[in-house]
Amino acid sequence: MGRVRVLILHATGTNRDRETAWACEAAGGEPEIVHVNQLLRGERRLANYHMLILPGGFSYGDALGAGRLWAVDLRHLLGEEIQTFIESGRPVLGICNGFQALVKAGWLPGPPFTGEGGDHQAVTLTYNASGHFECRWVWLQANPSSPCVFTRGLSEPIYCPVAHGEGRFVPRDEATLQALQSHGLIALTYVAPDGGPARYPWNPNGSVADVAGICNLQGNVLGLMPHPEDHIVPWQHPRWMRGESGGLGLALFAAGIHYAASL
Amino acid sequence: MDIRIEVRWRSHLPEGRVRALQAQLALLGLSGVREIRIADLYFLRGDLTDGEVETLCRELLADPIVQEYRWGRTTPAPPASPSPENGQWVVEVGLHPGVTDAVAERLLQSARHIGVRGLQAAVTGTRYEFTGALDEATVRHIAEALLCNDVIQFYTLGPLTPVFAPAAPSGEVEAIPLRAADDETLLRISRERVLALSLAEMRAIQEYYRERGRDPTDVELETLAQTWSEHCVHKTFKAQIDYECRGGIPRHLPDGSLRHPPYREAIDGLLRTYIRAATETLGKPWVRSAFVDNAGVIALDERWDVSFKVETHNHPSALEPFGGANTGVGGVIRDILGVSARPIANTDILCFGPQDLPEETLSPGVLHPRRIATGVIAGIEDYGNKMGIPTVSGAILFDLGYTANPLVFCGCVGLAPRGSHPRSPRPGDRIVALGGRTGRDGLHGATFSSAALTHDTAQTVGSVVQIGNPITEKAVTEVVLAARDEGLYTAITDCGAGGFSSAVGEMGREIGAEVELSHVPLKYPGLRPWEIWLSEAQERMVLAVPPENLPRLQELCDRFDVEMTVIGHFTGDRRLTVRYHGAIVGELDMAFLHEGLPRRHLTAVWEPTVEPEEPPPPGDPARVLLRLLALPDIASKEATVRRYDHEVQGAVVVKPFVGRENDGPSDGVVLCPPETRSFRGIAIGCGINPHYGKIDPYAMAWAVVDEAIRNVVAVGADPDQVALLDNFCWGDPSLPDRLGALVRAAQGCHDAALCYGAPFISGKDSLNNEFLDPQGRRTPIPPTLLISSLGIVPDIRQAVTMDLKAPGNLLYILGITRAEAGGSAWYRVMGGRGGTVPAPVPESLQTMRALHRAIREGRVQACHDCSEGGLAVAAAEMALAGGLGLTLSLSDLPSTPDVATAEMALFSETAGRFLVEVRPQDRAALEALFSGLPCACLGRVTEEPVLRITGRRGDPILALPVGALKQNWKRDAIWAGYES
Repeated sequence: MGRVRVLILHATGTNRDRETAWACEAAGGEPEIVHVNQLLRGERRLANYHMLILPGGFSYGDALGAGRLWAVDLRHLLGEEIQTFIESGRPVLGICNGFQALVKAGWLPGPPFTGEGGDHQAVTLTYNASGHFECRWVWLQANPSSPCVFTRGLSEPIYCPVAHGEGRFVPRDEATLQALQSHGLIALTYVAPDGGPARYPWNPNGSVADVAGICNLQGNVLGLMPHPEDHIVPWQHPRWMRGESGGLGLALFAAGIHYAASL
Repeated sequence: MDIRIEVRWRSHLPEGRVRALQAQLALLGLSGVREIRIADLYFLRGDLTDGEVETLCRELLADPIVQEYRWGRTTPAPPASPSPENGQWVVEVGLHPGVTDAVAERLLQSARHIGVRGLQAAVTGTRYEFTGALDEATVRHIAEALLCNDVIQFYTLGPLTPVFAPAAPSGEVEAIPLRAADDETLLRISRERVLALSLAEMRAIQEYYRERGRDPTDVELETLAQTWSEHCVHKTFKAQIDYECRGGIPRHLPDGSLRHPPYREAIDGLLRTYIRAATETLGKPWVRSAFVDNAGVIALDERWDVSFKVETHNHPSALEPFGGANTGVGGVIRDILGVSARPIANTDILCFGPQDLPEETLSPGVLHPRRIATGVIAGIEDYGNKMGIPTVSGAILFDLGYTANPLVFCGCVGLAPRGSHPRSPRPGDRIVALGGRTGRDGLHGATFSSAALTHDTAQTVGSVVQIGNPITEKAVTEVVLAARDEGLYTAITDCGAGGFSSAVGEMGREIGAEVELSHVPLKYPGLRPWEIWLSEAQERMVLAVPPENLPRLQELCDRFDVEMTVIGHFTGDRRLTVRYHGAIVGELDMAFLHEGLPRRHLTAVWEPTVEPEEPPPPGDPARVLLRLLALPDIASKEATVRRYDHEVQGAVVVKPFVGRENDGPSDGVVLCPPETRSFRGIAIGCGINPHYGKIDPYAMAWAVVDEAIRNVVAVGADPDQVALLDNFCWGDPSLPDRLGALVRAAQGCHDAALCYGAPFISGKDSLNNEFLDPQGRRTPIPPTLLISSLGIVPDIRQAVTMDLKAPGNLLYILGITRAEAGGSAWYRVMGGRGGTVPAPVPESLQTMRALHRAIREGRVQACHDCSEGGLAVAAAEMALAGGLGLTLSLSDLPSTPDVATAEMALFSETAGRFLVEVRPQDRAALEALFSGLPCACLGRVTEEPVLRITGRRGDPILALPVGALKQNWKRDAIWAGYES
């Protein structure tokens, strides 16, 4: 197989698509930013790509809740294509607004938690506990027992910024949370710098169980609120001038692209 | 029947926005509210089945996990009764008709996407339910102080009745009987139509139409008023001025000589004589464009140019803080699009009244400074974050003088490949409007901003304030940049003040243009032609497009869901012709429009108010330092800045916050945009200090130029590649004392720019920042000059931050300390009076060059400039950012003999000084670099986190744990509602 072709989906209001493309490039992929309308008009076909990323931003201004309208559009206008793409096992990554859209469209955590006549949402991402947008750097710990193809073999924590007003992870109920945990679907959690449980500000939004990212049962769809694409090179580290480095978000993209190449 | 839907929180987890509102109630001093519930309201009109309403609720409006909904079909509610419902007070807030309701617009689109086609109109609102010991007056106070701004909203106690369509009085073109008018009538017409034109200007227009044997149409008169407004044409900065300088410090002229007052002189325009003259004299080859485009432009390297523009949006922010700041950000971003550049960073400098001002001291019609601050910050957050532009640099200042007239400076930095900005429209090119639709919003913005605010401005010109829609602008940005890369247009400009009249008038200045107003897409019907022409509706750009490129531009617009309309063409007849359904409704010679404005002749006098110096009573320097750190001007702004996305685009390498815990205050920020694929960096900083300006605007100008350059040099910018932007916010320039102060400041800008070799590339003035209270008393703002700086960092791998790095390192001070505490934070906090403000430091550039060499050689571990609060605050900030201590002695401090006390040494604000952390092994090399310049080692960095300072004789002056320093400095969390 040649280079991994990554479709980075742009909706009106998407704004972290270019960084995401640079991250994919740095990880050895071949990214292309494609507007939703280009898919709708058949100018591009999702099936021709090896990996799909829904990047961060404010799709449709986050009117009616972050990611909600993007989710509605994807489900109603591109539902089958995306469903097929997911079922084919190809990797799908939703970052921040993309995560919100995947959750609200029901693709995360996905079956058996959502769909099949039941509610299309098992979890949600809602307004931060602080009631406002926040931008700060956080530590992410990967779950070693997760089926997630993006966090596989991730040995060191990722250090990267969050920038959102609606990133608070809330499950439908305790049973849902436990089911997600027992299947290893909580792929990434916020942790304190010493690796211990995160309190505010290390859990920046009041997410239940410090959840920062979840995947589907198959492990090929991951969504997370923080922005690994904003920590691709060492000089983006906030304390690089103090000689600190490490925790690059690049690892996540590299793992996804490596997995796509293996299919 | 309309449909009313309520969506509310149902999770057992506390709701964030309720917490935020509770915090604001506590700041209002209201403790009677026991419980708050908030619901989102949607009113729908159309042909909808119950099933369709359920679908809308489930799929679009309510989150199934944390929210619930209920709905019903309603007839208009009876007039609301001001009494509690079931023990709850209910306040419902809606938008006035015509105010942008982006959520409702999206709802209409998305409903179609999910197959609900009968929805015709939607309106949003918010419902608040308060439980507790409350009476009607208290509930109204809450509603008016926190929930509703009557400039854009209305509220009811109890259920509201939504207003769907704006009233639409249709109208035609009117001829204004100007030819026969006497002087009094001319002035009355100017006043009643909010033209803000003087008698001389009205007479010039009268003369033009007498020659033509007809009266002007409303379209023409309004066009002239906008084009000739202070906002658009900067009449004061171009006026001839008779100036008398009666005192103050001498001017430090570029040849090194001094010009002592008193003297009189005639000034042939401030802009030409001082600001542009400095740029022209310096003639820097890396300046790509200064004062001619929508933004100033300098070279980053051989392939890329960087642009920078700073605007103000003061009066709109006074009336509707969220919308005012929101559209201020949106406007300056369009200036950057107007030079065909990608916006890569925003800056925001805000001046507010004291946040703890007692409510009862406010004049009628003035919003509380806390409410202004909260709204402004939310407005900046909304626009910048949604545009995906990092908000990286700024300052927040507080002074009683800004209470009724806050200042909101919005800046934007852009990046573009060299040579990608075309600016020559050709006859035959089409005039294309891109982006938002045109409504009655923002009429008379340009003329309104050119007059003083009064207590009833909100009522009389409420329509000037708008709410932005950043997502529309984001989509426009994508189209403009794609069209730029494909070379589809020959010129571009933004639709700002004056709307199409300014944009088309300016673009067609040299060749002429013809416009058909009936082609302009409208938000709602019923606009008069002049309203279409003048509307300042947001998110619109105007492009000159050769006809053969229209199809491709249309394709790009379709991809990004942007509306595009051909509204006319460029002609070659050097006239501006405006048609409505074919008939000519306005016709002006471009020459008269742009050159017919009679030049103003003004008088200016500068006379310093001499106040004998009275230092504060001697006190404990440790206590003074703690109080200074907690002073809102100096204290951490983290609670605000973290609401701004300062990471998006991945370019910020020296961030607003630096240090061990990512919370130290960086002097400037450095960007390294990934698309340049190089290590050259862009440094951004600013200088502002109105407290000096109250004493001497000339000294202020030098001090803030020095500060702006210091900020970028401290993080690694080359002092020989720094460009400056000036923003003057002043009172009424027709009053000689206000104008005298302005002349002083402009002279300071000129002399300092030449001395530092730093050209001005762009500038803007906002005059008439005065408040006229109901008793007729005029209050001007403090004379305020913002200098923004844009510097080039040759290699970001050598950039430096201000946090202390390692125990055992040495701390040096560069620059001499003089007894200059006039206007200082120290005097303000401790009650000092008068005094000398920081004077020019003509040798500052040499110090900065030596510092830059040391940085390039890797000999600087940390660097922080001494500004507000002087040496002591700078040292404290370095310590708290690094989590390390400092042991310092003042015995070798380079100072003048008048620095007689330890307090003066610690808290004087002399310009041109830096604190620099150096490794012991670099000591000799550093001292060699600084030989002949004022420079001394003050002490060393310690592992023990304590700031210790001893005096000239080794006497202990202060010893404070770094934890205490930080705790005091981070107090602002309180007013911004930071704690989660």
